[in-house]
Order: sequence, then C-alpha cells, then structure tokens
Amino acid sequence: MSSARTLACVVVLAVCAMSLGANWLAPAGYAQQFREAPSAPPSHKHLLGTDEIGRDRFARILYGTRISLLLAPAAALVSTVLAALVGGLAGYLGGIWLRLARAFTDLFLSLPWLFLLITVRALLPLNVSPLTSVLITFLILGLLGWAASARVLSTSAEALRNSDFILQARASGLRDPRLFFVHVLPNLKPVLYAQFWISIPVFILSEANLGILGLGVAEPLPSWGSLLRELEGLISFREEPWRLVPLLLLIVVLTSFQLLLSNEEVTA
Amino acid sequence: MMGRRVFLRLLLSVAVVSLALASSSAFAQNGGELRFCLHSEPKTFDPVLVDDDASLSIRYLTGGVLVRSNRRTQELEPELAESWKVSNDGKQITFKLRHGITFSDGSPFSSEDVAFTMQRLMDPALHSSTGDAFRSGNGAVSSKIIAPDQVSITFPAPLAGLERLFDQVAIMSAHSPKKEAAVLGPFMVAEHKAGSSLLLRRNPNYWKKDSQGRRLPYLDSIRLDIQSNRDVEMLRFKRGELDLINVIDSDFFDRLAASSPGLAHDAGASLDSEFMWFNQGASAPIPEYKRAWFRSTNFRRAISQAINRDDLSRVVYNGHAQPGVGPVSPANKFWFNSKLKAEPYRPDAALQRLQADGFHLQNGSLFDKGGNAVEFSIVTNAGHKPRERTAVMIQQDLGKLGIKVNVVTLDFPSLIERISQKFNYEAAMLGFRNVDLDPNGQMNIWLSSAENHAWNPQQKSPETAWEAEIDRLMRAQASTTDPKKRKESFDRVQEIAAEQAPFIYLVNQNALSAVSSTVAGANPGILHPQTFWNAERLTLNPTTRASR
Repeated sequence: MSSARTLACVVVLAVCAMSLGANWLAPAGYAQQFREAPSAPPSHKHLLGTDEIGRDRFARILYGTRISLLLAPAAALVSTVLAALVGGLAGYLGGIWLRLARAFTDLFLSLPWLFLLITVRALLPLNVSPLTSVLITFLILGLLGWAASARVLSTSAEALRNSDFILQARASGLRDPRLFFVHVLPNLKPVLYAQFWISIPVFILSEANLGILGLGVAEPLPSWGSLLRELEGLISFREEPWRLVPLLLLIVVLTSFQLLLSNEEVTA
Repeated sequence: MMGRRVFLRLLLSVAVVSLALASSSAFAQNGGELRFCLHSEPKTFDPVLVDDDASLSIRYLTGGVLVRSNRRTQELEPELAESWKVSNDGKQITFKLRHGITFSDGSPFSSEDVAFTMQRLMDPALHSSTGDAFRSGNGAVSSKIIAPDQVSITFPAPLAGLERLFDQVAIMSAHSPKKEAAVLGPFMVAEHKAGSSLLLRRNPNYWKKDSQGRRLPYLDSIRLDIQSNRDVEMLRFKRGELDLINVIDSDFFDRLAASSPGLAHDAGASLDSEFMWFNQGASAPIPEYKRAWFRSTNFRRAISQAINRDDLSRVVYNGHAQPGVGPVSPANKFWFNSKLKAEPYRPDAALQRLQADGFHLQNGSLFDKGGNAVEFSIVTNAGHKPRERTAVMIQQDLGKLGIKVNVVTLDFPSLIERISQKFNYEAAMLGFRNVDLDPNGQMNIWLSSAENHAWNPQQKSPETAWEAEIDRLMRAQASTTDPKKRKESFDRVQEIAAEQAPFIYLVNQNALSAVSSTVAGANPGILHPQTFWNAERLTLNPTTRASR
C-alpha cells in the first residue's frame, strides 16, 4: 500500500471514528438551539461556533458526517448493483439487449437529474420523520444514479463475452446464468469496485446539491449538504474562516476516497 | 479710493466665484447612469398587464399616473391630474388634467388617453390584475370625456378608496403608434437585452420640474441588470458596480452596517408579513382527527402562543423584524388596529388551552383525546433561508409542548400546487408581500368564497360564524366611502383574525435596503419601490458620473 493510500485510509477511518463518537465528543447534540448565541464565533463551549439559529456547528458536522458517510456508500451500493444487473447483463447478452440497454441508459443519462430529483422529492409524503426523509433521499439517489456505471459495465462485459475463456466455457456446455454469475461477474469486480468508490463522492455531492436547494435531508438532521448551505452568501472568508470547515472536510474525505482506489481500479 | 477699488475687485471676484459654483452645482445635479438589479426578466412592458415585481418596477419608472401615493408620507399627491373629485355615492371620480403635457414620443396627453387606458384596463379579455382592483360589481365601467382636460369615470358599484387605486394606473397613449413605448413617466425603455439588462433613458418630454425650474429627472439613464442571485447582487454592490439594492436580507445588512454604516438603511417595519396557517379544508386529503385539531380555535391559538416571536425577530432577522400582530402591519399608519398586540410567548397558557380541548401530555409527547400523537408537517418554499430557519425554530418551540413538527421544504411550483390545487398539506408557511395600503387589496384573502382564503378556500357559504362575520365586515367596508366607518369595520376584522388565528402571524420584517454613497437624494421607505421611489430626483456624484 502506497503512503498516500495509507494516509487516505487513516483520514477516512479517523473521520468515521469521530462521527461515530459524536454523542461523546459533542454532547450538545445537533438540534439544540442556543438562541442567546446565534452565529457565535468559536469558543470553549462551541468549538466551531454556532450556526444562524445557535446550533453547535461542531456537533452538526460530526452528525452530518455520520449521515453522509453512512448513507452515501449505501446509495452507491444500490446503484452499483443496479448497474451490474443492467449493464453487466446487457453487455454479456450482447446484440439487441445491448443496444436496448444502451439506448435506455443514454435516455436516462440525458434526463435532467436535478429536476428529476426535485420532482420525485416533491411527490413524497410530507409527514415523514427527518430520519426517514434522509433514507428516502439517498435511496432516490441510489435508484437514479446507476446509468453512468451501467454504461461502463456494459462495455467491460461485452469485452468479456468475446474473450477466449468465456467462449471455452460456453463450448463446454455452461448455461448463461451460471456463466454470468460465476465467470463474468467476478471478472467485472475491479470495474464494480471502481464504480462503487467513484459513486460515493458523486452521491455526497448530489445530496449537497439538493441540500443547497433546500431539498436534501430534512431539518433538524444535519448533512454535508445542509452544512455547505451555510457558505451561501459568505462574502469574506477572512471574517469567519471556521465556516469553511465543512467544505474542507468534504474535500479531504473525497480526495481520500479517490486515493483509496487501487491502480487496477483506477485503470478500470 | 484705493480701498474702494480693492473692495469692488473683491466683490467682483466673489460674484464670479459664486456664479462658477452655482453653475457647477447645477451641473452636479444632472446626468449620469444609475445602476441596480432586477431579480427577474420583466414579463411585460404593457402597464395594463403588469403582474410581476420586475414589470412593476419598470412601470413605476416609466409610467405616468394621475395621482401618486407618496412612499414616505403615504399621502395621495396630484400628478398628471391637477385635482380630482369622488362623487358622494362613491361610484364616480372626475379628474381635472394638467395642460401642455406630451408623451415621450411627442404625442399630446389628454382626457382621451385616460379613457383609452381605462377601457384597456377593464377589457375582460386582457385579464389585467391592476384592472381587477376596479371591479366593484356587475356592469361596465364607463369613461366620459367632458373636455380635453377633464374626464369622469363611472363604476357600477361604490369603490372604497377609489382614488388610491389610480396610483397603479400608468396612462397609455390613445393615438401614438408606439403604444406602450410612449410614456409619461420620467424614464423610457431605450434598450432591452433579454435575460441580461435593460436601459432606461431620460424621457425628454417629462413634464415635472424641480423647485428651481430645472427639468426632471436629473439622471440621464438607469441600467437595470437582470440578476436573480442575491449574493452576486450584494457582491457587485460592495464592489461599487451597483448603486442600490431595494431589499436586502438581515445578514448582509448587518455586515454592510458594520463596514459602511452610511450605506445600510433600516426604514423600520414594512408592510410585508410572515405567517403560517393550518389546512382546514373540508375536502383536504388529511386525516379527520387532524382536521378537527386544525379547525379548533383553541388548538390554533395554543400554537400561536407557543411560538416565541421575539426569538424569531432576534435570531432569524437579527433584530430587523417586529413580532407579527395581524393582517395589517403597524407600518400601515391608517389601517392598523392599534388596540392589538402581538401574541406573547406563553407555553404554559398554550398547554392549558390544549388541555381544555382534551389534549394531554404523556411521556413528553402530546396526544389528543382520541389517543393520536400530535404530529404535523409545515411546508414552505425551499431556498428561502429565513423561512426555513423560522420553521426549525417553531419545530423546537412546539417540541417543548410535546408536538412533533416535520419541516418540509418544497420547490415553489410544487408548494403552490399543494396549497392551492391539491390541498394536500397540513400546515404551510409563507409571506405576504403587501403593496396596497387599503384593505380592499385583501378582499381576495378574507372573503370565504375567495380562492386565496388559504385555510379553507372557495366556500359556497361561510362554514363558521366568524368567517360569515368577516365576510359581512369586508363587504361593509368596501361598500362605503366613509373612511371612519371603513376603519371601524376593518378594525373588527383584525380583532376576529386575532381571536380565531386562521393565520398565525409571525413577524413583520423591516424594510432593509442599501444605497451607495455615490447616490444623493435617496430616502428609502417601506413601500415599493423602497429605494428609487423618487428616482426622478436622484443624482450621482461627479466622479461616478464621469466614470459612466
């Protein structure tokens, strides 16, 4: 393991550990409003100050990290499984299936994502708890985010379909389902891993985009998206540099995710 | 002798210098280009069809009106009309027009233009929202040209506050081939780059002069950049690229006030209010037990008492807002019912009210008499930070009573669809941007049959006694021209609104604006257009004029 990957691994683990220990590190909680001290600068009581309605920013970052880091990989897993099924199968079957799948994924990719997300979000029931809303948000992201990965996977699966070992296995009398699940899918593993790791930051950023529009995770639950919204209207960074912490954390974690990819996965 | 000569020379020098100063002072008042932003593309330049903020601003700057409501004093002042008279029955108004006025294209102004404008305004095919305010009853509105400088307009039924409505009526030319491009206001549209900017140039034929006989406006032009992003607008103002911001938020106001105190203006409580309401519609797709809560006066009053409005004003608006009292802001000097006070924060009293309705606390959660946990959602528009913060603070306030509130932010079209078409919501929070001082502007909210009777719209007959009483009072105030009787009726409407709390008024934001030090003569007020209501008298300093 290269030193960069080791460092990335340490960073991701440290961030995960801190977010998991949020209850202990930030006992004030993410929702409590200290109304006598809105937009307060960092102090002994509030390490990173408070937000506009007096909530402890450090606590919100820790809890927001927990949510984004837990649910973005879950959404990535959903989208990668869908991509493997659609793209992998179409690539393996080839012919009309491949053409159909590509046409479908192209159509899906051409849809205006953001408007689609806004529409789907607006159709959801209103009276759901913040926790349910965050689960729904990431599930929607996972269900809508498979198309790009499916396109990559269909190309890789198509190459595998014409490879010598698949031809030989087919000649030996192996049937399609066994061929696909036992021989094709395992050989797509590097591509699947790469797509999985790449999807995580994409979903974090997507949720952040929705959050910036006010359509992400429901209040009072924090997420990186809602934390980044605080930067809206920030005219001078010099006045309140501590407000940049969520952005820095996002950059550090996303960079670490990229560094965690192996050479093989990067090539894939 | 010598001394006398020196004295004469001195006198001559003083005279020359005085003349030079006088001429430079006159020069200092003329010319230059004022710059500020519109937040969206104007939908129309036709003054009759104006329905959006951007078009409203253009109409204000380019349109000539018969009478104008002074944005500072709230008094009505003569403009194109020298005088006017409303008949005793309140059905007719007669205007005496000024002489020698021409439109920007040189065509003369006369009573024919007023009649033509009224005819267009009341044309049912045009669906003019400005014209809607004049629809007093069944029947046609007729205009009679008495003389080139005199015109009377007759309405089928009495219209209360009739003369004030003409503040919004920009007179169009009956004969000019340029139609809406021929204007009587201080500026005229010279250039329009769709989606980018508008250039208004001085109307060379504008009729008004200042006290020293100089023709107004002082400015050569106004450039209006179309910029929807408020943050970009504020950055450009800080960089000196813009001269005015009509409405700024409290965060930016405080930052600007800290760095450049002279540029930030707080004109006090505005007419705008923030409020929430519960869905009481009989056909709304919500559970019956929740409809019963929302229809209970005790429940609504308890929610109102459990909201800490002082905290909302202080935290969300940084102190630049006043706790909301009712449908009329205290800034509306004549119509506000001064007996009313904002609902004080009293969570104990709120709990008592709820207990009177059979609600009870159990393990920190509130339940109704049927055993249903009290939980509801508040919808508001996504991206409106003060409203989102307000909702979260209400969530915490009501949480102290054991009520669970889910805050849902939706994009604006989805929100409007839910609250005005599908009625699929429980509680909603929005703001009311009031541009009309007269209560007639609120008829479409308070009448139980109205579409905008938000909590239970389009009722065939009033479903509650208090709504029937409001209907009666609103119609009574609209059908008399006696200001005292009208005030009495509308005061009572405000009292019923406070007793029944169909709308829970939260705050009246202050009118916050920014005016660059390059601009002289600005006197920001609370009424639209806050910073440029006296645009014809605004001037720029010589350095700015030279650079533009």
